[in-house]
Amino acid sequence: MLMRRRAVSDAARNIAPTNATMRTATSGHVDDMPRVKQLSAGRPAHCGNIVRCYLPLVKWVRVVWVPAVVMMVTVSCGGSPSEIRVSAAASLTDAFAEVETAFEATHAGVDVVLNFGGSSALREQIIEGAPVDVFASANMSTMESVVAAGEVAVDPRVFARNLLEIAVPPGNPGNVTGLADFSRQDLLIGLCAEGVPCGDFGRQALEKAGVTPSIDSNEPDVRALLTKIELGEFDAGIVYVTDVTAAKGQVEGIEIPASDNVVATYPIAVLASAPNPDAAGVFVEFVLSDTGKAILSRYGFAAP
Amino acid sequence: MSRRSRPPRLLIVLAVLGAAIFAVPLLGLLARTPWRDLPSLLSSDIVIDALKLSLISSLGATVISAVVGVPLAWLLARVEFPGRRLVRGMVLLPLVLPPVVGGAALLFALGRRGLVGEPLYKATGLVVPFSVWGVILAVTFVSMPFLVITVEGALRNLDARFEGAAATLGATRWTVLRKVTLPMVMPSISSGLVLTWARALGEFGATITFAGNLQGRTQTLPLAVFVALESNRGTAIALSLVMVAVSLTVLVVLRERWWKTW
Repeated sequence: MLMRRRAVSDAARNIAPTNATMRTATSGHVDDMPRVKQLSAGRPAHCGNIVRCYLPLVKWVRVVWVPAVVMMVTVSCGGSPSEIRVSAAASLTDAFAEVETAFEATHAGVDVVLNFGGSSALREQIIEGAPVDVFASANMSTMESVVAAGEVAVDPRVFARNLLEIAVPPGNPGNVTGLADFSRQDLLIGLCAEGVPCGDFGRQALEKAGVTPSIDSNEPDVRALLTKIELGEFDAGIVYVTDVTAAKGQVEGIEIPASDNVVATYPIAVLASAPNPDAAGVFVEFVLSDTGKAILSRYGFAAP
Repeated sequence: MSRRSRPPRLLIVLAVLGAAIFAVPLLGLLARTPWRDLPSLLSSDIVIDALKLSLISSLGATVISAVVGVPLAWLLARVEFPGRRLVRGMVLLPLVLPPVVGGAALLFALGRRGLVGEPLYKATGLVVPFSVWGVILAVTFVSMPFLVITVEGALRNLDARFEGAAATLGATRWTVLRKVTLPMVMPSISSGLVLTWARALGEFGATITFAGNLQGRTQTLPLAVFVALESNRGTAIALSLVMVAVSLTVLVVLRERWWKTW
């Protein structure tokens, strides 16, 4: 046994210098390298000792285990019982960020994690089984399809309302005055995509006004649209009143008359598969409370 | 020899796990496919428009990459100049950067209010974003590094003595490039172009950020999938299948043909 081990280690020692010399000899002619490498990395032909045979593998594992441990520790830290995962419509971005701060200040040890996106994208995540505690949608129909999928624990409750407004870049370079301008070919017009609440509402408003829009892009959510208006890349777009407030002078708002406007209703609900249903219920109550309403109205939302 | 035919079991288990990461999502897609409605879904306007646009933009990006990417690779591999490392890093940046960041950067540079875009718009009235050209540009930005990195590597490994020999036999530098250098790195150029094309076909983030999303003008297959996923899942799955089929065919067939020569 001892003899045999020696023979193996000799073989290993023999491979190493050969490899090194070949490396120096062929430096500059790297096309020879892969073959040499394969020889030394593979299992030696006369390999008896299992440890030595797998030595390259052990070394490789050492490269892998550090990131693996880091990853596992990080992952296991997430999803703790005191975490509430909230999926909220993109138009709630600023308001809910403040709701989060206020909630965490009064509920020690609870961590609210916000996930913003187009309501329809959030709905798909929920229906496909994302671990979410609370869903706040920008329209009833998206929430209704989540209810229909059996994903909602308690009946959704309306916590805010919103109106549409035309947003234009500062200075209004396209001289937009109302919805009628959305049919102008010379303007770059952005809307939210169909299926996203702001996209559906915007199209309803245009239809009420009898305007066929000349659309240049259907943006995935209202904040993506707002950003491109802020940048001056679109001449006009239809967003929520609250988005114009949130943009703080980065866009100009043009009111849509009540006859053409559409009221967006925001429902909120605890989800059936919520990992943390109790805390989720407390969060929903907080959003519906006077404190919650006060924060929302500061961002331009109307009371339910 | 008999030992070689029995590979270590642990490695096989890990390798199968690795393969499963790619295979399982594909199976998930196939399991959800509404096979009966597939023909009507595939012939819908959205699918056909997106397919057309994806082919135009991905092939456009491949052609542009070939025209400017190969010279760029040659420059990086063969010419010493100050800041070469920086340029190389910059060229490879799109490989690691989130494509959305790339798209936003393009918008800041070439948008109507952008660094280059504003004077361009004022002088010519040309608007690059939200047009087919915007799609091609966004897609090229993200996919060309694959060509540059592949060809640069090949050029570096090329034995300079062949080119030297050609030169001593009286070939001009241009002839050496055409008759010796390029033919020798041709396999790398080919496989680099295939990778570039495949990446271009799948590009999403930079496109939707820079070029926007409009059916028939800037809505490529990945964008159409993204939008349809939220409104019409059948169409989304049909679109996804088209992408998988096209990409897989090209990658399998071309790999057989070109990578072997590597």
